[in-house]
Amino acid sequence: MNAQLNFECETGNYHTFCPISCVAWLYQKIQDSFFLVIGTKTCGYFLQNALGVMIFAEPRYAMAELEESDISAQLNDYKELKRLCLQIQQNRNPSVIIWIGTCTTEIIKMDLEGMAPKLEMELQIPIVVARANGLDYAFTQGEDTVLAALVHRCTQQTHSDQNKLVLFGSISNTVANQLTLELQKQNIHVDGWLPSQNYNDLPNLGSNVYVCAVNPFLSRTATTLMRRRKCKLIGAPFPIGPDGTKQWIEKICEAFHQKPQNLIQREQQIWNQLKQYCDLLHNKSVFFMGDNLLEISLARFLIRCGMIVNEIGIPYLDKRFQASELKLLKQTCEFMQSPLPRIVEKPDNYNQIQRIHEFQPDLVITGMGLANPLESRHINTKWSVEFTFAQIHGFINARDILELVTRPLRRNEKISKFEI
Amino acid sequence: MGTLRIASSFKNVHAIMHAPLGDDYFNVMRSMLERERDFTPMTTSIVDRHVLARGSQEKVVENILCKDKQEQPDLIILTPTCTSSILQEDLQNFVNRALLTSNSNILLADVNHYRINELQAADRTLQQIIQFYLNKLAFHSIQKTSKPSVNIIGIFTLGFHHQHDCRELKRLLYDLDINVNLILPEGLQVQQIQHIPNAWLNIVPYREVGLMTANYLEQKFQMPFIDISPIGLIETSNFIQKLFSYLPYTSKIQNYINEQTQFIVQSAWFARSIDCQNLTGKKAIVFGDATHAIAFTKILVREMGIQVLCAGTYCIHDADWFREQIEGFCDEILITEDHTKVANMITRLEPSAIFGTQMERHIGKRLNIPCGVISAPIHIQNFPLGYRPFVGFEGTNQIADLIYNSFTLGMEDHLLEIFGGHDIQQVITKSLSPKSNIIWDENSLLELHKIPGFVRNRIKRNTEQYAQQNNINKITIEVMYAAKESLATYNIIL
Repeated sequence: MNAQLNFECETGNYHTFCPISCVAWLYQKIQDSFFLVIGTKTCGYFLQNALGVMIFAEPRYAMAELEESDISAQLNDYKELKRLCLQIQQNRNPSVIIWIGTCTTEIIKMDLEGMAPKLEMELQIPIVVARANGLDYAFTQGEDTVLAALVHRCTQQTHSDQNKLVLFGSISNTVANQLTLELQKQNIHVDGWLPSQNYNDLPNLGSNVYVCAVNPFLSRTATTLMRRRKCKLIGAPFPIGPDGTKQWIEKICEAFHQKPQNLIQREQQIWNQLKQYCDLLHNKSVFFMGDNLLEISLARFLIRCGMIVNEIGIPYLDKRFQASELKLLKQTCEFMQSPLPRIVEKPDNYNQIQRIHEFQPDLVITGMGLANPLESRHINTKWSVEFTFAQIHGFINARDILELVTRPLRRNEKISKFEI
Repeated sequence: MGTLRIASSFKNVHAIMHAPLGDDYFNVMRSMLERERDFTPMTTSIVDRHVLARGSQEKVVENILCKDKQEQPDLIILTPTCTSSILQEDLQNFVNRALLTSNSNILLADVNHYRINELQAADRTLQQIIQFYLNKLAFHSIQKTSKPSVNIIGIFTLGFHHQHDCRELKRLLYDLDINVNLILPEGLQVQQIQHIPNAWLNIVPYREVGLMTANYLEQKFQMPFIDISPIGLIETSNFIQKLFSYLPYTSKIQNYINEQTQFIVQSAWFARSIDCQNLTGKKAIVFGDATHAIAFTKILVREMGIQVLCAGTYCIHDADWFREQIEGFCDEILITEDHTKVANMITRLEPSAIFGTQMERHIGKRLNIPCGVISAPIHIQNFPLGYRPFVGFEGTNQIADLIYNSFTLGMEDHLLEIFGGHDIQQVITKSLSPKSNIIWDENSLLELHKIPGFVRNRIKRNTEQYAQQNNINKITIEVMYAAKESLATYNIIL
């Protein structure tokens, strides 16, 4: 088997969430922040629907809704934003206000980056600008734009001989603790996280800092860390699934010249725990329609679990940033003697549905808009967004991924008795 | 959004949005809220960087023609969004060019996102489509149906209880021996539009969507229309009487109404019953779209003797009409799109129940005031599987239940408060929990408190069990994670 991975690119007519949805998890992660989304009714409507119940719990985010007078420049952008930010400052007193630029601010060329420093001086509160718009990005890439913007706010590491480790990617504090402990077992100390729980605890960065990502959609942040802060990037597969986690830890150990201890046993122990799930998944096929950029890592893990992947749809693939992950995907296919999946960048949902009818996969991982129609055609589906919001990183949470993946299969086994 | 809701209600009509990636969440709403089995007939012609730099050029036209080939719809509606409105591309030109080669009809939705809201857009789009098809035809003489018949205008996708309301309306009309000519736009094929004028008159059950179409049909074909929403006993009677004023016979109509209200429907008797006495003078707040807010205010006041402290709507474009209708029924009127204003008003007035949208339900939750949901915006639980109309006689039953249940729950809550809440239960569970001498360290306690309340106890128990089995006295975060892992090994799936 010396075949190469197959990359294709389609029309980009696919369904995904708008990247402004990243405020939903980021405002909870960065506890002293306030997110101001500067956009139109459409953005507000989306947030209100996508984030459902959360918007009623007095969240720390808000919409600055642009009106016709803003668009036609009859109102002064600066004054309007100042008024809003002042209000936020007085009512909520956050440590940082993060402006989320949208499609509309792009098109009317509102100079958010220009206004922010001025307003920051005037109000004495940090204002970070991230352009998370649907013109350029998909869903989870929103987080990437925010983290890349935060990189500039990290303090400079005073030079020392000792190398430091900073991990980047927003994951729940519990999972962050778990990964930190996992590294501690290898005598590696995590010096900081981007993002941190509080804006004021952002990590120190400098040329002696190694950085490593936990999520596959953070290529912009990685680039910014390397180019602007001279950090050294550890290219590793992502800690999703026991195989990914093992390699992720190995790569970090390698950078710090540590010999991994008990890692193989640890991985094996997790696989033993997952056996029942793997038995259920063995030789079942799965089709990723693609919408959150986690697809390569998840597909790699599922192939290792014994599944056959028909297609990996993905909104955007940074082959350099995901190089280790792609390599591991290929190795896994060879190891499992599984055919190499086709990887479709910017997929076309219409064509994909034709292919799904052709393949008749056992499971389709897709967005909410297409799940019910597919189910009604007797095709099992799993919502892809659940993988974004569930805890999926590290050894401990591998089970949670399989819990998600097998749910439709288990459900069907249970209800099939009642089928008419 | 309104345009899409109308377009997807028709049969074999496809909508194409000129929008950036991610703006197509309409298909999520439709497939999730309505649990739709079919793919939402909607695609996006995506606006990205290239479109910003060079314009859409061939892209929109290609997308239209591609859909034309793939799905062969009767009509394709091209709709702009907030973002694409600002680009000021000549979308009509794209439509004209696509028309040259397309087999479908193509329309550009005439909506401006900065000036009108979802409901107005829906109203406008419906009229636009009807007008488009009727203007193409030459009507010499209109063949009215021999039996009295009506069109029902304004039943469409994602409408609040529209499917149930529609069925109830049909039942009512059947009882009255009136035929339904067409229902607009739900399930309508564009070829059927030419039959619209055959009906004797039009019915517009909801003020928000359908009035423009009804007005147009009145002008063009002298078709009268009824815009009374038959929600509540009194309004349903008014509706029926008005309906009969257009028909040549009035036969036993008063009998029918009396029979229904006195013998068939429970709600009229219910309002007189002793239970309902307790509701007299209770204070409520109503907020929603104009149709439902007005209907509910009138029901609460006239049919149940409840005091409405404040009635309000977010339909600010229809404010004058709202004020006129509601005058004298409530103490205050609030017309706003700002839900914090509504929240402030509720906090200030402290009603014993709220009748509003999902927004108000959440405000009620925060303030511990029960809330009945009577209008969009709504969540999935407002698309019930069971039969839940709001209009007609069965509707009055449903509404009576909704109102009564909201208040009872409130009473129950107060009683519980007087007698000290639920702590009896706590005593019981305490005696059940095992004694243990296991200590939780500071960090693990913090971690434990991060776990959502409803599973926290179970995790605490499992962790302690694990600690006991392994002779651990002190629980640290590591122990917690280890417990979770070990649990996984003997937890049997399937």
